[in-house]
Amino acid sequence: MAIDWQSFWLTLQLAITVSLILFVIGLPIAYWIAFSRWRWRFLVETVVALPIVLPPTVLGFYVLVALGPRSPLGRLWISLTGHTLAFTFSGLVIGSILYSLPFAVQPFAASFAGVDRKLVAASATLGASPLRTFVRVIAPLSVPGLIAGTALSFAHTMGEFGVVLMVGGNIPGITRTVSIDIFDRVQASDYAGANATALLLLAFSFIVLALVYGMNRKAWIIGPVK
Amino acid sequence: MTRFNRCKRIASFGILISHALLAGCILLNAASATGQENKIAREITVAAAADLSTALKEIGDLYEKKTGVKLKLSFGASGALTQQIQNDAPFDLFFSADMDYPRQLISSGAADGSTLYQYAVGKLVLWVPADSALDVEHKGMDVLGDPSIKKIAIANPQHAPYGRAAVAALKHAGVYDRVSDRLVMGESVSQAAQFVESGNAQAGFVALAHAVAPGMRGKGKYWQVPAEFYPPLTQGAVVLSHSQHKKEAEDFLEFIKTKEAGDVLQKYGFTLSS
Repeated sequence: MAIDWQSFWLTLQLAITVSLILFVIGLPIAYWIAFSRWRWRFLVETVVALPIVLPPTVLGFYVLVALGPRSPLGRLWISLTGHTLAFTFSGLVIGSILYSLPFAVQPFAASFAGVDRKLVAASATLGASPLRTFVRVIAPLSVPGLIAGTALSFAHTMGEFGVVLMVGGNIPGITRTVSIDIFDRVQASDYAGANATALLLLAFSFIVLALVYGMNRKAWIIGPVK
Repeated sequence: MTRFNRCKRIASFGILISHALLAGCILLNAASATGQENKIAREITVAAAADLSTALKEIGDLYEKKTGVKLKLSFGASGALTQQIQNDAPFDLFFSADMDYPRQLISSGAADGSTLYQYAVGKLVLWVPADSALDVEHKGMDVLGDPSIKKIAIANPQHAPYGRAAVAALKHAGVYDRVSDRLVMGESVSQAAQFVESGNAQAGFVALAHAVAPGMRGKGKYWQVPAEFYPPLTQGAVVLSHSQHKKEAEDFLEFIKTKEAGDVLQKYGFTLSS
């Protein structure tokens, strides 16, 4: 019946790590998608959107086999770190980054693309570098999109199941996430425990999303427009 | 004016056609419904323990050739399948990897106790990939102390009988405490085998049925865990209460008792009685 707090904290840690990393690598990718004029840009957009369509089991399968010790890429990873990606926290992080990538990049790119080009051009004519324009003009005008993307990738990772089931190995404190814990309890007919844990996850997700959308509302009103 | 009339005519023609189509469909449906009533079901749906994945497919093919009845097979950990059956999964027949899960289903009314049949006894093996340097065939569980073994795959003991057998065997050998932080769990014994096959785990406790299956032979070497190391994996099958095809399910269960089916089970490492 007792809630497995260890798996809860582990999941939280995973979701925070993944959403922070996605924020860092998502910004340049989204910037490029929003402003590139390359004719094959749509191919990059397609690749970024793939995880929305692909079942998580496909990603899990790739992490397990294509990045496993039988593949050159996997052997490279093992020679660098001394262990396989599967059954490790870093394996879950990498799987989840791939899995949640579109949920960060798409809102980022959409809000960058929505920034008035005249403001970007004005900033450039006043002598600001592209980086300065991004930091002073584009990013502040994209705050709602940045918050939404980060919140979505966080939430998506909190609820992650398929990849973890495929590559996690269910190790307490390392790869047993809340969703796996709930799954196990249902399989073992511990409905009371599953119920308590599910309710905790539900309440937590509601609070996080409500906070984010609440913040976003404020950002619309008092944020960029001065 | 004329245009309006033409529209009306086209519209009524359309309605006529759609009525004709509808009538046709109803007739066809009625015909197929009466056809079904007269003949027996050509298909039964079977939930089966993961260690049966190759053996039961082969038995199913034999049975289909003989009777024309096709088996639809779903494989998983016995505990997981039991949960699905408790929640009214549409299976006709359940092949467990132990006797406890079928008994649970019988006592909750989800399975028919008079049909319970012990069809086989499963065997647990310690399996390592073929390219492993470890001499598992002679050293058995002693290889688990080797530093090259970073992860040992087992089925999840919470809902897989083979997982419980693996834990019992490790405890019997007195090495459980030394290896417990290296254990990784598959949802079923098949996933445990897959962890080893893909090279992500360096050893694993799997079903003998996996180690000798045609797709796996040559991919690994194994050591059969002695029978006294773990409680016997006596495996029971039972017909489920809400099955719509009880007669057909019982017929298949009778076929399992024949020598022909028994030979297939033995080929995949099962024994027929403990």
